[in-house]
Amino acid sequence: MLLSSLLSVADPPQLLPAREQMAFTLGFHIIIVPFGVAFTFMMLVCQFRALRYGDQQALLLAQRWSRVAAVLFAVGAVSGTVLTFELGLLWPGLMGAYGAAFGFPFAIEGLFFFLEAIFMAIYIYGWRRLPPWPHFLTGVVVTLAGVGGTASVIAANSWMNQPGGFTVKDGRVTEVVPSKVFFNGAFWWETVHMLLAAYIVAGFMVAGVYAWGLLKGRRDRYHRLGFLVPFTTAAIAMPLQFLVGDTIARQVFDREPAKFAAIELVPSTADHVPETLGGVIVNGAVRYGLPLPDVASILAGFRPSTTIRGLDAIPRAVRPDDAVVNVVHLAFDVMVGTASLLLLLSLWFAWFWWRRREVPTNRWFLRGAAVAGLVSLASLESGWVVTEVGRQPWAVVGVLLTRDAVATQGNLWPLFATVLAIYLCVGIGALLVLRTMRRRWSESGPDAVAVPYGPRPAPAAKDHSDGADRP
Amino acid sequence: MSTTIAAILFVGVIAYALFGGADYGAGFWDLTAGGPERGRRSRELISLSLSPVWEANHTWLIFCLVTLWTGFPQAFAAITTTLYVPLGLAALGIVTRGAGFAFRHSLPEGRGEQLSSAAFACSSVLTPFFFGTVAGGIASGRVPTDGHGDPLSSWVNPTAALGGVLAVAVCAYLAAVFLNGQAQRRGDEQLEAAFRDRAVAAAVATGLVALAGVFVLRSDSPRLFHQLSTVGAPLLAVSAVCGLIALLLLRRSRTVVVRGMAATAIATVVAGWGVAQYPYLLGTHLVIQQAAAPTATLWVLVVVSCVAAALIAPSLLVLYVLQLRRKLG
Repeated sequence: MLLSSLLSVADPPQLLPAREQMAFTLGFHIIIVPFGVAFTFMMLVCQFRALRYGDQQALLLAQRWSRVAAVLFAVGAVSGTVLTFELGLLWPGLMGAYGAAFGFPFAIEGLFFFLEAIFMAIYIYGWRRLPPWPHFLTGVVVTLAGVGGTASVIAANSWMNQPGGFTVKDGRVTEVVPSKVFFNGAFWWETVHMLLAAYIVAGFMVAGVYAWGLLKGRRDRYHRLGFLVPFTTAAIAMPLQFLVGDTIARQVFDREPAKFAAIELVPSTADHVPETLGGVIVNGAVRYGLPLPDVASILAGFRPSTTIRGLDAIPRAVRPDDAVVNVVHLAFDVMVGTASLLLLLSLWFAWFWWRRREVPTNRWFLRGAAVAGLVSLASLESGWVVTEVGRQPWAVVGVLLTRDAVATQGNLWPLFATVLAIYLCVGIGALLVLRTMRRRWSESGPDAVAVPYGPRPAPAAKDHSDGADRP
Repeated sequence: MSTTIAAILFVGVIAYALFGGADYGAGFWDLTAGGPERGRRSRELISLSLSPVWEANHTWLIFCLVTLWTGFPQAFAAITTTLYVPLGLAALGIVTRGAGFAFRHSLPEGRGEQLSSAAFACSSVLTPFFFGTVAGGIASGRVPTDGHGDPLSSWVNPTAALGGVLAVAVCAYLAAVFLNGQAQRRGDEQLEAAFRDRAVAAAVATGLVALAGVFVLRSDSPRLFHQLSTVGAPLLAVSAVCGLIALLLLRRSRTVVVRGMAATAIATVVAGWGVAQYPYLLGTHLVIQQAAAPTATLWVLVVVSCVAAALIAPSLLVLYVLQLRRKLG
């Protein structure tokens, strides 16, 4: 019912399956992205400890994490390739008309991905026979390429939110100013927002595994370190994310008023707008939510008298209907709500650390940390829902409607069904592989002898070493 | 300027044909290696050789797609709105293949491992086939300038079928040659001989398909045939000579020369296709210049390509050298 109400009669029949498939595949890919972007950084922290201070446990962690990264990177590489195809197969109206303007950030992303793929391979497969510090440096290249790749993809996405740097004549892009396309109005903050999100999600997800181990009584140094490095990373990024998110909200208020009206659930232009927690809009009226008087106005302009443009300010032809607005608003609430919980958890951790200088033993804290990864994923996904659904009905704000961007040939439902089936298998497969690794490692324990940077271990010794996984 | 970009795009296509091709072909030999016991050693060699390099090998595909949609967006949309069936199938094949490959050597031996291994092997054959049909559809001029061509006959036709079969054969050939070299480096004489025989068989099969292709193209794609037999002829001749030399040298275990010759043979065939199509982007119509993006965009692509040549090429070289010297794994 919700899905059908998102569509109007005039839309081509391909619009719904195309949007659902894009949402699903992007939503899947974005789970993997944090690991490609941020996980390597945590490995490098551990590896640095190992190389600098001879910390064997840190070395073992870095090695095992790189095995996990190898699997996730493969899944990310192929699910990213699918997105590339989908831009053409599902959205030929977007790429055909505006590829000349905003296609090149993807080309730059291609460069960074190339670097990432090459050095990721050298890093993952280089443990045994590369010299230590050069091996470490290949990991640094991966981390930097991850930042560059993120920035490039976000450049394309943020251009769709705040397009600029091109001239259209007779339906063709005739002039392009590349710097204004890439560094569009939304670029910097959206990039930082996503990078921090990647470090937060990867950090909490990895830390959650070790929090689980700590809860089960495995309080050895291996588990404490495996918890500490990723959790600290995420906990440091968390308050920064609040500052960045708050700034972005005000920028959206300034430059994307339609999206802001949906986020804050503002039916008609007004001042003294309340911040509505939860709630939905029904026939133009806000229902059920918990209103905090004046707060939306204060957040937008620091004064209760700040006027916020409502949904009624959007021309009727391109005004999102109630269902779209509700999705955007509730997704925003989920994002901020979950992020607030994670911020509290981070502060709690900071307090523990300040008092005791050790990994907390409080069981409620550890339980929270164990699920923090999943909570952060919910935050990440709903954040993307806000930015993507919040742009509707536009594919490129003010320039191209989504319904004009979509493919108009063939029946897309079978493709979507097949994609769902294959992704389900891939998801299950990835989880099975990770479970297999976890079991093998928990059997061999934290004292498993790893022989990096040495000569090839003898076959007999190999079976007990961590490197015994078939490469 | 637009011709430069088209040339850069074609360099990407050639690179993908070589590196991606050898990669897919390894999957072909994985599929045909026999039962779990008999094929074990072949599969181990394939896993070892592919693991560190397969992601980089497939990044060329991304390079081609982004260059096409940035430099020639109209042609890109025309292709995707016409050939969406084989392109969609190829995309699904890529997911199945990559995931299958990544999972199989992380799973313990058993059902799950065999399942992902089968997924990897089957999609390794199907994916290049579909890409071949896409190439055939474009080359024979079946993609209209404004797109929305016939969704079926655009890729179910003689030239596309030739493209598909030729792609699979070429992949198998390249892979057998590379795996022969890998086996030799690892001092495994038995596997070395096995892949030598496979390389010879694949070379002969590729040659026969190419010969049959002459007749297919003459009746189905007259312009392509005419251009190939005139401006493209020198390249095809080089290809034939290199292919023959490679075939003769295979017996003498000169793997470095053989690899070079085999790669040249394939690269020149693909280049021949590009030269034969010139100055058209879609086989028989849509002149490159007309389809090109504004100059500023093309300049960005030139810069990106220069950075790629300066940064990516040496990095790739490091990766392949480390892999060949068995420093990885």
